[in-house]
Amino acid sequence: MNTTIMLFLLQDGITNGAIYALLGLALVLVFAVTRVILIPQGEFVTYGALSYAMLATGQVPGTAKLAVAMGLVAFGLDLFFARKSLHARLVARAVAVDIVFPLAVCLLTYALAGPKTPIAVNIALALLIVAAIGLFLYRIAFQPIAHTSVLVLLIASVGCHLALQGLGLVFFGAEGLRGPALSNVALAAGSLRFTGQSLAVYGLTVAFIIALWLFFGYSLTGKALRATAVNRLGARLVGIRTTLSGQIAFLLASLIGAISGILIVPITTLYYDTGFLIGLKGFIAAIIGGLVSYPLTAVAAILVGVVEAFSSFYASNFKEVIVFTLILPVLVLRSLAAPAVEEEKD
Amino acid sequence: MSALLSVSDVHIAYGKVEAVRGVSLEVGENEIVTIIGANGAGKTTLLNAVMGILPLKGRTMFAGKDMATLDIEDRVAAGLSLVPEHRELFATMNVEDNLQLGAFRIAKATAARSFERVYSLFPRLQERRKQLAGTLSGGEQQMLAMGRALMGAPKLLMLDEPSLGLAPIIVADIFRTIGELRAAGVSVLLVEQNAQAALQIADRAYVMELGEFVLSGAARDIARNQRVAASYLGFQHEGESAV
Repeated sequence: MNTTIMLFLLQDGITNGAIYALLGLALVLVFAVTRVILIPQGEFVTYGALSYAMLATGQVPGTAKLAVAMGLVAFGLDLFFARKSLHARLVARAVAVDIVFPLAVCLLTYALAGPKTPIAVNIALALLIVAAIGLFLYRIAFQPIAHTSVLVLLIASVGCHLALQGLGLVFFGAEGLRGPALSNVALAAGSLRFTGQSLAVYGLTVAFIIALWLFFGYSLTGKALRATAVNRLGARLVGIRTTLSGQIAFLLASLIGAISGILIVPITTLYYDTGFLIGLKGFIAAIIGGLVSYPLTAVAAILVGVVEAFSSFYASNFKEVIVFTLILPVLVLRSLAAPAVEEEKD
Repeated sequence: MSALLSVSDVHIAYGKVEAVRGVSLEVGENEIVTIIGANGAGKTTLLNAVMGILPLKGRTMFAGKDMATLDIEDRVAAGLSLVPEHRELFATMNVEDNLQLGAFRIAKATAARSFERVYSLFPRLQERRKQLAGTLSGGEQQMLAMGRALMGAPKLLMLDEPSLGLAPIIVADIFRTIGELRAAGVSVLLVEQNAQAALQIADRAYVMELGEFVLSGAARDIARNQRVAASYLGFQHEGESAV
């Protein structure tokens, strides 16, 4: 291998790694706040990417209607669980969040979708749709069982993944889609060529990491989310609603997933089920970070991306095998280092 | 004196085992009320249920409102606050962040005043404001737990064993602060094993045994009660036998 090829592979690996880093961070965030291992993270990627790709062709994706339907179910649940203490403010909030918000997004999508809609509008619409789905997914599937064990939450998570993947097939079909690039700029540095798309990937990843750091370090809501992760009872005792923390965590995770999807769909063809594999690679990074450390997860994600790039060059048939094997030594080391503990019950 | 907190005929069970049976209590405005009793009497269970952590059967009213349908967060917003036995601090966050989160439910302007008040009650917390809560000493952690609860400007502060595991000099400090709270208009419901200290500071007291209140009255009178003296204060009043 010569240096040029090596540099190309590194560049490719870092670009993919940046995406895995975003997904890994979202997984760590959701696990820390809600103890849910977010298997459907990959579906947020696919939904974001394919909704954006469909909007770019002027069609309205089915995900817009799914958001409205999920909103209605969430509304029913909100009313049902609050039936003993219903008051006007609570109902107004439920109507605004569960019905008006997704309906407005859906109507906006119908109004704006067209072959000549600017890229920025399409991105905004795709993000809004997926954010609504993420929010309601937590409300419907996880909030009612938030107090149960990690295992129960994981099973629910797998169920959500299967359901959303099936719905993805309905909405987007079995054919793969590609979206338009965010920018056609290209820069050359020596033998390396940076496309506008890959620059956008680096830029947005770094921006997101900084934004997350600012959010968790300095905003009261961010601190409340951290507090929920550190001590659930303590958080409730100062009046932080852990359900709201969960909703915010899912909202952020779905946004991050959708952004990742929009970033990669111009580079590679995505199918309704591609997100799962991409999400799993973010999951490996998150596991290497112990599901708690954000910096370690980001670094691990870059490592996963680079290993993937090199293994696809040397042994492309075994690419996935090699990447997923990365998790084994980490798990062995972690199980040796950590004492055996029974899962704590809330 | 109007009752700020009123609990009537409360039963609390863990599965089939009833830990608290038919308990009624009242805490008035500007009042310190203490519940004393041995380990396992049901004191902590009662406080946790009043806060909404455990379900209870019976009626609980706070500031004139029935609390049956309120969850923990609503009770905090209504002005009820609990400093639990294990303090439940945010160990990996610094003192200032812990305090700031204590004011999560109140307006920013009020929070600024709460900071001043908590720092004047516990100057030590101001010195340590950038230190992680988990690295504080036991006494400082207790101060932080109380400070965090006070940040939300509660009407009633419930303290569960604030003196547990602390050096006597720190215990004195904590009890002095509890006295200052009453002067500042905060009512306190204090659960303590250190009966002597609790009875000295409290206005009224309840004695709990095996899930029931066996005695109640002015703290001064309870301290003079021969049975209490023998069981919880470790001495007998002169000329009396502890029967």
